[in-house]
Amino acid sequence: MDVAIVGIGIHPFGRTPSRNGLQQGAYAAREALKDAGVSWQDMQFAFGGSASAGNADALGNELGLTGIPFINVANGCATGGSSLISAYNAIKSGEHDIGLVSGFDKHDRGAFNADPEALGIGRWYGEVGMMMTTQFFAMKIQKYMHDYGISKDTLAKVSEKAFINGSLNPNAWRREPIAVEEIANSMMVSDPLTKFMFCSPSEGGVALILCRGDIARQYTDKPVYLKSAVLKSRRYGSFEVFAPSQALVQVDGPTVDASKAAFEMAGVGPGDIDVLQLQDTESGAEIMHMAENGFCEHGEQEHLIQSGATHIGGRMPVNTDGGCLANGEPIGASGLRQVFESVLQLRGDAGEHQVPGDPQLGYTHVYGAPGISAVTILQR
Amino acid sequence: MSNQVPIAEGLFTWPSENPALLCSRCKNCGIASFPSAESCMACSGQEVEIEELPRRGTLWTWTVQQFMPKTPYHSDETPETFKPYGVGYVELPGGVRVEGRLTEGDPQRLSIGMEMEVVFEKYRTEDNGDEVINFFFKPV
Repeated sequence: MDVAIVGIGIHPFGRTPSRNGLQQGAYAAREALKDAGVSWQDMQFAFGGSASAGNADALGNELGLTGIPFINVANGCATGGSSLISAYNAIKSGEHDIGLVSGFDKHDRGAFNADPEALGIGRWYGEVGMMMTTQFFAMKIQKYMHDYGISKDTLAKVSEKAFINGSLNPNAWRREPIAVEEIANSMMVSDPLTKFMFCSPSEGGVALILCRGDIARQYTDKPVYLKSAVLKSRRYGSFEVFAPSQALVQVDGPTVDASKAAFEMAGVGPGDIDVLQLQDTESGAEIMHMAENGFCEHGEQEHLIQSGATHIGGRMPVNTDGGCLANGEPIGASGLRQVFESVLQLRGDAGEHQVPGDPQLGYTHVYGAPGISAVTILQR
Repeated sequence: MSNQVPIAEGLFTWPSENPALLCSRCKNCGIASFPSAESCMACSGQEVEIEELPRRGTLWTWTVQQFMPKTPYHSDETPETFKPYGVGYVELPGGVRVEGRLTEGDPQRLSIGMEMEVVFEKYRTEDNGDEVINFFFKPV
């Protein structure tokens, strides 16, 4: 049984003082329902999540109380991906024909302050100042640059591209290009990453309507099929965020595991993918995730990025909507934003940020604490 | 003389003439965990023994925290007195790579592969006058 995405909706990312997170989620849900030409009453089930804006099933209060099974999902940065996988399985199993996936959030300004005890780590770890996702990303790219010869200029180029793409996307938060020198010389946050190399917590909402592949054309002329949806957690020996220690012998992380499984499930390879959305919580992450997801060898990114291959017109367009860098990170919504963008691209509806050449296959990837990754492969 | 208390029980030997970080080593697969745990993350084994980790190792990777974190950060600093601090993973041979604060906060003086040793120093002073001791890695 194929599973299709037949409706997509988004609430613009960034800061919207006039709407709380739930209202942004409801806005996105109404947009998705309208896009598929269905009503909330047609939905047989829903999965959704937010990290800081309340329970997703409170959407029922906004959209109407219809009695459907609405399951709240909480899985850090992979919340959206986890909701999507749950919906995918609900349809694939034959249990339901059509349903909604929702992700929204609204975070305070400034860096996330995670609670060590919620993650099974002693309180001391936060007290001494190591409970910072930013430090992990900085240390991971620091080691990666040392091992594979990635330059600081390439870090800045990733952000430059993100803000260019954001300027072309009406739903993005950061809509002004920023010069590469300004990015490189902005305030150092956590060496080697500067302020403009990190995404910031933000707000936004996304919703998707999924249905059985064989009925998809009832709802849209341009169904996009979910060829794979995979979630993996860390194995012993992978280098992960919020780890007071790591093994002496390193193994592949959850991104590598999820990517391999997703390609196998879809029966395609990295060379077949036309448009990529890779978790870019900071510019180093995008660089490392290109290789971890199988799109290049370690170290090749230096040339690929410097030569413009990852731009919208390049041969490997990455984060065509501006990614987390230009959209910010509303935890519950980010993973679904990648899917929204992929569907837009595969439909040919991405407007100014449309990838040329009639893309057929899209790829999405998220990574989150404490070492989880979700990957999807989408086909028009 | 003020009372010196460790930042958490079981992270390192304290009080001690020659303190050391503590790990648990799995009796089944031999993998070391820091902080010590009652079971093994590698093989799920539940028989472990506590042992001291080596005091010296090499810097595997590092960064410098340039702004003062929000809670649960708990030091004696104020935003005005905050000084950027180094954080890194130090590979302790035969043990694990332990993440810790570095005594050095100048990025120009930190590099991957440099030799480091663990030291135990005052981190903050409690309202009751107790000195809270934490472990740090210091360039040799």
